[in-house]
Amino acid sequence: MVTWFENQIPKVVLAPSFVALLIFVYGFIGWTAWVSLTRSRLLPKYDLHGTIQYKKLFSSPRWDTAMENLLVFGVLFIVISMCLGLLLAILLDQKIRVEGALRTIYLYPMALSMIVTGTAWKWIMNPGLGIEAMVRSWGFESFSFDWVINPDMAIYAIVIAGVWQASGFVMALFLAGLRSVDGEIIKAAQVDGIPNWRIYSAIILPSMAPIFLSAFIVLAHLAIKSFDLVIALTGGGPGYATDLPATYMYAMAFSRGDLGQAASSAMVMMGVVFAIVVPYLYSELRAKHD
Amino acid sequence: MAEIHLTDLTKSYGPTEVLHHIEGHIQDGEFIVIVGPSGCGKSTLLRMVAGLETVSSGEIRIGERRVNELEPSERDIAMVFQNYALYPHMSVRANMAYGLKIRKLSQAEINRRVEEAADILEIRQYLDRKPRQLSGGQRQRVAMGRAIVRDPQVFLFDEPLSNLDAKLRVQMRLEIRKLQQRLGVTSIYVTHDQVEAMTLGDRLMVLNGGYVEQFGTPIELYDRPASIFVAGFIGSPAMNFLPAEVKDGSVVLSNGVIIPVESPKEANVTLGIRPEHLQPEPEGAIALQVEMVEQLGANTLLHGTLQGTDKALTASVAGHATYENGEFVNFSAPASMLHLFDPETESRLEL
Amino acid sequence: MTDFAPMSPAATQNRNSDVQKLALRWLLFAMLGLFALFYLMPLFVMVTTSLKSLEEIRTGSLIAFPRELTFEAWRTAWSGACTGIKCEGLQPYFWNSVLIAVPAVLLSTGLGAANGYVIAQWNFRGANLIFSLMLFGCFIPFQVVLLPMAMMLGKMGLAGTIPGLILTHVIYGLGFTTLFFRNFYVTIPADLVKAAKVDGAGFFRIFWSIFLPLSLPIIVVTVIWQFTQIWNDFLFGVSFSQAGTQPVTVALNNIVNSTTGVKEYNVDMAAAIIAALPTLLVYVVAGKYFIRGLTAGSVKG
Repeated sequence: MVTWFENQIPKVVLAPSFVALLIFVYGFIGWTAWVSLTRSRLLPKYDLHGTIQYKKLFSSPRWDTAMENLLVFGVLFIVISMCLGLLLAILLDQKIRVEGALRTIYLYPMALSMIVTGTAWKWIMNPGLGIEAMVRSWGFESFSFDWVINPDMAIYAIVIAGVWQASGFVMALFLAGLRSVDGEIIKAAQVDGIPNWRIYSAIILPSMAPIFLSAFIVLAHLAIKSFDLVIALTGGGPGYATDLPATYMYAMAFSRGDLGQAASSAMVMMGVVFAIVVPYLYSELRAKHD
Repeated sequence: MAEIHLTDLTKSYGPTEVLHHIEGHIQDGEFIVIVGPSGCGKSTLLRMVAGLETVSSGEIRIGERRVNELEPSERDIAMVFQNYALYPHMSVRANMAYGLKIRKLSQAEINRRVEEAADILEIRQYLDRKPRQLSGGQRQRVAMGRAIVRDPQVFLFDEPLSNLDAKLRVQMRLEIRKLQQRLGVTSIYVTHDQVEAMTLGDRLMVLNGGYVEQFGTPIELYDRPASIFVAGFIGSPAMNFLPAEVKDGSVVLSNGVIIPVESPKEANVTLGIRPEHLQPEPEGAIALQVEMVEQLGANTLLHGTLQGTDKALTASVAGHATYENGEFVNFSAPASMLHLFDPETESRLEL
Repeated sequence: MTDFAPMSPAATQNRNSDVQKLALRWLLFAMLGLFALFYLMPLFVMVTTSLKSLEEIRTGSLIAFPRELTFEAWRTAWSGACTGIKCEGLQPYFWNSVLIAVPAVLLSTGLGAANGYVIAQWNFRGANLIFSLMLFGCFIPFQVVLLPMAMMLGKMGLAGTIPGLILTHVIYGLGFTTLFFRNFYVTIPADLVKAAKVDGAGFFRIFWSIFLPLSLPIIVVTVIWQFTQIWNDFLFGVSFSQAGTQPVTVALNNIVNSTTGVKEYNVDMAAAIIAALPTLLVYVVAGKYFIRGLTAGSVKG
């Protein structure tokens, strides 16, 4: 017999995850939102005090630097990774015999922890013993490459390591996109005598718009959440020179003991992520339902 | 083996009712085909009998039992699906044995039944293959084998031939019919293909928009269609429909042609006549202006219009015949072959 | 590309364009090679540096092969390097990571499979809403749950423990694992479930005997994805662990940034490679599935 209980089994199976989702994601977001509106310091307080934390946040020079860095890092990281990834994908798409091996080489950094990436690049860019020392030993005595310890340049050092890690992933995305373009369209274009570069620019790339969007979303998401890379490569320094919102939030939460600032900065981060992701997800979900 | 009773059966999704008060009594061992255009509710009806859709109101009885509240597996039915729904990771043997294993039959009994079914369907040599290694027709047989081994009271077929190519479809159609006659299991078969329905069914249930238009033998449906819908749906090429008027014991077509019938009353009607019932006759009252000729070998189809009107008219003439486009061809229509329908209700008017 | 296509006699190709094509081909390979060097260089530098003595590092060039191979740095990194005050090397933390990753991967994959099965094949009112909520949950920056999670772990008595980290990874990995399985299971025809119901199988039996056996590819993808995510995690590790329970990434960072004594770059590099080895190994062995996870994770819905 169809018992009431049997009909409930699917719901019962989904229930623990749903409850966890409600508490640990949406409940916690609510908690953080609430605390960001209080005067919490070392311990959370629950009396609302309006937007004082946000006012304090936006008047803090350190937060200013963090947001500026996020903008510089985000834009460069996304643009360079996309360009490099697309270039690599197109180069690899030319019927290369060693494609498999090259793909493996371009993509392996994605398997590494950002901490490992940061450690490796920190050593490579070490002014005393790394690239700078190497080039100087070749006779270019005045060569200077001290980005990791130079407050004005350190953020670019992080961009290099970030691009190194993520561009292979963009390549993989684009390559999959190139391969999924209908082969008959390309053949038709070749029969029409259209040169290869035009086939790419006029036919293939426009049809990959959704992939550009996906790559952008993922990279933007990575950039905003970036934390480990900065910690490993510069520790946010020199000074606060390479602070990002993620490191700011962490510092407020765990070393400064300023929960109000930590919560408000986390809320701003989430605002930025959702401003980018929500329209995308919304359109994706709607497209699926239609 | 069992009778099936459908009593005042209704299906609603939320406020929308998709099946309306279905009634039907299916005899033991009968082969019933539910036929209708896509979206008419025929698959839904079949899945309600299977227990895969709930019943909104009314009752389904299989044998002596009311089955509304029973799980599919408790209804003693077996089902063949449109895309076969074979378990891709299991061998043919395991596919057929799966339901028996769940019923905890002994291994010896399972083997006996599977092999017997495999012999009937001539798929014994494929028993150890995976479904993906089989052709469409072979998969279809496996799907039927899975139904047979269960030795159920009722077979349910959900458009099982629609994924096969035309030739195989005709062959499998005959095989299904022979198999059903041999096993004598009460069967319900859903299709949108009227030829399939006519050749397979002992009786046909014609569904349209969630209503049963007619439930009867193929010949009843052909000879005495209950509605314009059934008349147009059954038979190929489709029946001609012409607006007409019944006056003074005759049918008067819109171009003034008079066909005598024995009719009691006077009314506006829709006259139906099948293309194969138009008999070429030089003195015939009905003149068709030819627009296109289709040579089918055994017969010839003339497509055109009724003289003096823009009403489409098709005639089927036996054998090869040559006609010119624009030519007028005269036909007579015996009164016994005419169908009259009420243009408002679209239902049959008795002569 | 038609570069090497056999030329038809009718084609009036002249020599110039042949030469041009050959030159382009070489340019292509040169560029691909240069990029390969760019991506390989850090790994090469890490490996060679880890095999050099400190003396050689100070005097030699960054990209030179080691004159004298020594595995001393590896031994130190594994069992002697200092993370803050303790000097036990990476070893205990490596095992911490294993203890965290293995159960967390298994649990989140299993739950994701069950969730995906329900959402894809047993649709009930509200299931799609739950799925959408999960999908949005995939994207939150974890900073926004960091503080309440720390408090919750404290209340549950799991603060600074390995079970606490396992719980954290399971919960915040569920969105992705559910997504992976759901997207895989919606491609399985619904008639398969119906056929199994007619055959007498119930919810769990259909899952166990039909869906799971079909799921091997997506299980591999999910396990690899989750393992990489959890092994490489730093944020949760550094926030929710204490001295004895830190995962390997946190320990690596501590070794590299510990300011006591002489800076041993070779040990840093050896430690970095050790921390990277498990995920690198997975990548080399099952790269195809790794890529599938990455692209599946980015093409949502």
